[in-house]
Amino acid sequence: MSCYRGKYADELIKNAAYIGTPGKGILAADESTGTIGKRFESIKVENNEENRRALRELLFTAPGVLPFLSGVILFEETLYQKTAAGKPFVDVMKEGGVLPGIKVDKGTVELAGTDGETTTQGLDDMAKRCQQYYTAGARFAKWRAVLKIGPNLPSQLAINENANGLARYAIICQENGLVPIVEPEILVDGGHDIDRCADVTERVLAACYKALNDHHVLLEGTLLKPNMVTPGSDAKKVAAEVIAEYTVRALQRTMPPAVPAVVFLSGGQSEEEATVNLNAMNKLKTKKPWSLTFSYGRALQQSTLKAWAGKTENVKKAQENFHGRCKANSEATLGTYKGGAAGSEGASESLHVKDYKY
Amino acid sequence: MTAYRGKYADELIANAAYIGTPGKGILAADESTGTIGKRLSSINVENVEENRRALRELLFCAPGALQYLSGVILFEETLYQKTAAGKPFVDVLKEGGVLPGIKVDKGTVELAGTNGETTTQGLDGLAQRCQQYYAAGARFAKWRAVLKIGANEPSQLAINDNANGLARYAIICQENGLVPIVEPEILVDGPHDINKCAEVTERVLAACYKALNDHHVLLEGTLLKPNMVTPGSDAPKVTPEVVAEYTVRALQRTMPPAVPAVVFLSGGQSEEEATRNLNAMNKLKAKKPWTLSFSFGRALQQSTLKAWAGKVENVGKAQAALLTRCKANSEATLGTYQGDSALSEGASESLHVKDYKY
Repeated sequence: MSCYRGKYADELIKNAAYIGTPGKGILAADESTGTIGKRFESIKVENNEENRRALRELLFTAPGVLPFLSGVILFEETLYQKTAAGKPFVDVMKEGGVLPGIKVDKGTVELAGTDGETTTQGLDDMAKRCQQYYTAGARFAKWRAVLKIGPNLPSQLAINENANGLARYAIICQENGLVPIVEPEILVDGGHDIDRCADVTERVLAACYKALNDHHVLLEGTLLKPNMVTPGSDAKKVAAEVIAEYTVRALQRTMPPAVPAVVFLSGGQSEEEATVNLNAMNKLKTKKPWSLTFSYGRALQQSTLKAWAGKTENVKKAQENFHGRCKANSEATLGTYKGGAAGSEGASESLHVKDYKY
Repeated sequence: MTAYRGKYADELIANAAYIGTPGKGILAADESTGTIGKRLSSINVENVEENRRALRELLFCAPGALQYLSGVILFEETLYQKTAAGKPFVDVLKEGGVLPGIKVDKGTVELAGTNGETTTQGLDGLAQRCQQYYAAGARFAKWRAVLKIGANEPSQLAINDNANGLARYAIICQENGLVPIVEPEILVDGPHDINKCAEVTERVLAACYKALNDHHVLLEGTLLKPNMVTPGSDAPKVTPEVVAEYTVRALQRTMPPAVPAVVFLSGGQSEEEATRNLNAMNKLKAKKPWTLSFSFGRALQQSTLKAWAGKVENVGKAQAALLTRCKANSEATLGTYQGDSALSEGASESLHVKDYKY
């Protein structure tokens, strides 16, 4: 069978391409209630709906940041929230030329018989949910699959099951007007070297693209959100140029050119690391028939959160800091980042949390 | 496991890239003894070793032709043959900057339980044979898998078995210094339209690249020899621009950029058709992170054969015909072919033979 060519095909292609506009990228602001709670704890802010709303308003209305963003991923609650003045967040974004996105998975569950490996759930009634999200203004979606590296990991079962889940999610999204971001995150946890990460990443991405083909997904209307190829968190670091070389090579070996853009996750990297690595990739002279941009959560918000600390009087300072990180990553997509952006407290702080769960 | 990184890795990468040099392509002169017999019989020439030798000498020594070629695929007998003056053909080719290649498969056999579908044999002792061929001067290999389009074809079994065979062949070649040309030919036979051909081609190529990844093949040291995406032989023709668009799109959706070049087979296309289609692809403005070139057999030799007719006094005329087609296809790889005002007899003749077996 052919790939998807239904009523949303042209719109999907257009939106996916837009998200990959050079100079722009995605703010991942889709932390679940539980996860945002952990962030709030670290700055001593209470985890209630108003605080969650206030944080997101701080981010989305920060002066001058929206031009650096093509999309923002939201958690379901946020999709329906408004500014203090009563303007729906989705309208703020649309007016700023930013596509609203929505996290649609329902977290991970363990795979029996494996060494703590997981698959992702959320397929039940997904079509209906996608329709509701589309009506509410969402135009892309995100589903996070998680794999880990170990002596016998990832197992073939984990790779197959997660790839299949991603492909099912992707086609259902497309049938309902949402560009699916395909996210097969291979956790950075471990003592392995960069070669090992490259092997695993290439195997996983090959499996994902085979599954997407099997499920008739229209690649031109998708995005990939992979990990960069790096040494494990317990192994020696390497230069940004090495990460760039290995990462781009992994993509060259597995990602068909029909996919318009890659929007990297930041994993446990610090804000500055994530920017510098992305910049190195965009400076690399080699075949790259897809945009290379960002979809950062922690690596865009960390220092901003610290600057805010939940206090109204800090909002302006926090927003300026946020602007600095957005601009830095925008430059990184063009390979023009010179370093030292909005050097706030925390920009170089590692954001690695072992066995990270959103 | 990682992709092949053994002793031949750098050489494989260099040779594969060389074959894809813009302005050059491959002459497929690997007709088996039986197949060349049919060609010789069509021009009333006896199928004996001397005539087979004479024909190949005519081709490889055609003045000015080798500059348009990066490789020539040979049948085993030819690898060890010489010019009348005693110079080994492989030396003629090497001095002309042309890599010798070798057909290594042993033809097709039927798959039980299918509707006449086949798989390709030749894996037994392949490593030893590759070593011998490498010692004799070969630097690349070819293996032809065959699929057909029908009501229920190609079946998943046929796709899987042919893809797996191609991947096994490919890694064995690489381990022994030969760049594997991966050829999953989907026969043009049938009344299906171009959309059907596109679907099938995309499914087949996705399966091939998954298998190559599974078998740890180094993509940078391979080439692809696919069919172009066209309507079936019994369906109405379309323009070269349409063939170009569908073909390039199929490759965009399935072929990782790590592969340096595509060397199209000509199937049953006439010499002129094959050249025009290749030209249209190279003129197309689209993402094409691989060279698009030719590996033509019939579509390079047809008018040459007719001009020769087995007669020594015709050699010059025949060689001129070959030069014309080589130059035309060289231009087609650059998108500069203007069309042939002085077509040789046979250049527009369809070369389609139903259910073609080499």
